[in-house]
Amino acid sequence: MTVRARLVLPLLAVVALALVPPLAPSLQILMTLALCKGIAVLGVTVLLRAGQVSFGHALFFAVAAYAGAFLAATRFDDLALLVVAGALVGALTGLLVGLFVARYRGIFFGMLNLAFSMIFWSILEKFYHLTGGADGLRLPRPSVFGMQMGRGPFEDLLYYVVLALALATGWFVLRFLRSPVGQLYQCIKTNETRLEYLGVSPRLTLLKGYVLSAALCAVGGVLMAVAQGIVTPEYAYWVRSGEMVFIAVLGGAGSVPGAFAGAIAYEVVRSYASAFAADVWQLVLGAFLLAIILFAPGGLVGIYDGLADRLGRRRGRAAAEPAKRERRA
Amino acid sequence: MTPDAPLLEARGLQIRFGGVVAADDVDVAVHEGRNLAIIGPNGAGKTTFLNICTGWLKPARGTVHFRGRDITKLGPRRITRAGIARAFQHPQLFTEHTAYENMLIALSARTGRQSPFLAMRALPERDEMRHLLDMMGCGDVADRPVVELSEGQRKLVDIAVALALRPALLLMDEPTSGVASSEKFEIMEILKRALAEAEVTSVFVEHDMGIVESFADEVAVWSAGRVQMRGTPAEILSHPDVIRDVIGEEAA
Repeated sequence: MTVRARLVLPLLAVVALALVPPLAPSLQILMTLALCKGIAVLGVTVLLRAGQVSFGHALFFAVAAYAGAFLAATRFDDLALLVVAGALVGALTGLLVGLFVARYRGIFFGMLNLAFSMIFWSILEKFYHLTGGADGLRLPRPSVFGMQMGRGPFEDLLYYVVLALALATGWFVLRFLRSPVGQLYQCIKTNETRLEYLGVSPRLTLLKGYVLSAALCAVGGVLMAVAQGIVTPEYAYWVRSGEMVFIAVLGGAGSVPGAFAGAIAYEVVRSYASAFAADVWQLVLGAFLLAIILFAPGGLVGIYDGLADRLGRRRGRAAAEPAKRERRA
Repeated sequence: MTPDAPLLEARGLQIRFGGVVAADDVDVAVHEGRNLAIIGPNGAGKTTFLNICTGWLKPARGTVHFRGRDITKLGPRRITRAGIARAFQHPQLFTEHTAYENMLIALSARTGRQSPFLAMRALPERDEMRHLLDMMGCGDVADRPVVELSEGQRKLVDIAVALALRPALLLMDEPTSGVASSEKFEIMEILKRALAEAEVTSVFVEHDMGIVESFADEVAVWSAGRVQMRGTPAEILSHPDVIRDVIGEEAA
């Protein structure tokens, strides 16, 4: 299958997503949340390219969500402002944490990230006069360019804002990973010695990627907070971090479309599994992930590429066969 | 810097690892355009010398000057940017990328292009990298992932990556080890041509005396962390001590 033919399904998926609010309003909230998570997972994806798994990226998700909640309670409660502020706070936090963790690799990298996120989680839990403790903070509906909107129109608007941001961040990360700077992340995974001997600092490179990944998680976090209207310490909890890694692996580790495909699949499976099998929905998800790791290590995107390749070969054969027959004749 | 000043000059280098003295008062000067071969038995400190010159190791005493500038305290990155490139005994490549992509990564490191919107495959100087790979005899495998290449091909790509940085000096650790002996001279011929075209001076560690004889302009004999002797290949390779201590061991 040609590259262009391969784009048909992703394009159809985007069109389908754009039609969700008018045609399938019952899915609208679910898809909003899935896309928010997808944006956050993009951040995890950047680090996965470098072979680094963070078990603490919910930190940036939560930092931005709380920043959004604090800001929304003031008169600077514009949606655009919230998103920008969330991204900035996330990037700044990413810089501070990154200065420390970018020195480490593998299990140390993963665990240090976990430690930072859990420190933040306990701050959120314990400083309850500031953070609302375990109950969290309410995030009042933000204004949009100075306008106060009703619930329905706001949810529609938010859906399209989230979709647009998902496409924009996805497109950016795709371009970024193809650029010479983006290619360096794979190089961190395969050979840091050679990088040093090319005059490139692996640590500085990873730090930049870390800040980018934190900013992406932050955008996802602040949008999620706006969509849910409430932020809780659960935003920073390790389960949330693990979920992001889970989604990235499910969709196809290191893949940009995989981040969104994984997030949508995850949310759908989760919500239906919890509806039909309330007690064992984690089991369903676990089995799902196990099957992916064992039989399709490329994730959902890997499965799609495999099918596309097979289809392409079959078509190629079909096109070649008449020629063979002619020769025989 | 006077015209006769050496390109690279090491003075009084000392380093030890536990009880092993890997460099003991080493003085080496490399002059522009004069390829220096380093020979000597294993454990004599040859690779250690390359490690010190590229900043991977810091000597306990002594200095290294490159183009008249003291680089002793600099790390590999700054030394690389100053104009010393390195190829390794075991090729250090980005294994998930193709040979050509490895070159492009080196190219972008050299040019410092940081724009996230420029695809690596669209780098304006990419033809130069194709040319370099062709020159190194790797043109036909350029688009294959380096994991699929033979050790000999990987060594050539490793050197090509180093040359992509347009260094003034190239340090090579046993460029022909792990290569079938029938291919050694061919590889060195390719290499010599490439180095001449790129106007790069080289320092290479080598065990094959035939290669040293044909390709070095000068030879330094290493033993137990010291430079025992230095001269032209003709002088060194016919010296009775060298035949006994170095070539004898190589032949054994």
